[in-house]
Amino acid sequence: MAFDSWQEAIWMGGYGFYVWLSFGVSLLAIGVLVVHGLLTRKKLATMAVQEKQRKQRLARRQQQERELRSATTE
Amino acid sequence: MWKWLHPYAKGEATYRLLGAWLPWLSGLAALLMTVGLVWGLFYAPPDYQQGDSYRIIFIHVPAAMFSMGAYTGMAIAALIALVWQIRTAEWAIAAIAPVGAVLTFVALFTGAVWGKPMWGTWWEWDARLTSELILLFLYIGVLALYYAFNDARTGAKAAAILSLVGVVNVPIIHFSVYWWNSLHQGATITKFEKPSMPPEMLIPLLICIAGFLFLTAALVTQRLRNEILKQELHRPWAQQQLGVEVNHGV
Repeated sequence: MAFDSWQEAIWMGGYGFYVWLSFGVSLLAIGVLVVHGLLTRKKLATMAVQEKQRKQRLARRQQQERELRSATTE
Repeated sequence: MWKWLHPYAKGEATYRLLGAWLPWLSGLAALLMTVGLVWGLFYAPPDYQQGDSYRIIFIHVPAAMFSMGAYTGMAIAALIALVWQIRTAEWAIAAIAPVGAVLTFVALFTGAVWGKPMWGTWWEWDARLTSELILLFLYIGVLALYYAFNDARTGAKAAAILSLVGVVNVPIIHFSVYWWNSLHQGATITKFEKPSMPPEMLIPLLICIAGFLFLTAALVTQRLRNEILKQELHRPWAQQQLGVEVNHGV
């Protein structure tokens, strides 16, 4: 270890503010990117479910219309 | 000879290949970055001139390297997209640009925070800093173009052209410290003579660089997988991947 104590490690010879600011903001920016990627995947899953439900609704309605039409022609 | 490459023009094959890589890339990124950054922060000796402020280098240099590396990768994808009309390559542009933009921001931000105590200023309009700022604008421009059109392929083409034109900026950034008088210091590692750094600092820096390499690769992989799913959302395989049960024939 290049420092005698944790206090000194955080103080960084007087440059603690600059060192920790740059490390903190950098890791935060990278973290935001990771989380955004994970959220995008979640959103895509929701979209896929909605797309499936939409198709099912459409198929049901077409089926109903067919039944209705055959009932009126009888 | 290139036949093995052909299946990867299809979204699904690329998606699966990237999925096999992703755990390794992210695992190596986490491991190497933890080791490298902790080593650099707490165990590397202080610099005889800059004291402990130099420890910012362990993030600054790797981020700057891969801000340029990612751009070069994006330009190669753009070339492939324009010449061979491969859609996976178009999507790679959209996957790389945000990652590159964040790396560029990190390089600029850590540079500013390092510059304040060492040069006495957060920002200077000198060649290295300005060309890196232009890199950030190029990334943002590529992203903006990609999403600016109703027709996705038109947007991808426009973004690809800007990527290719902008690649001229990459060597300008690299050589800016030699071509112009700059406040920024010259190269430490990427030169042909012996690196001007003792091994106690160089080894953790190299570990950080390797960590950022895998981080960049992992982030691009994650985003390219998302982009492939998004573009192929109407296909059964993509829906299956997202946990939707697909009844065939419906």
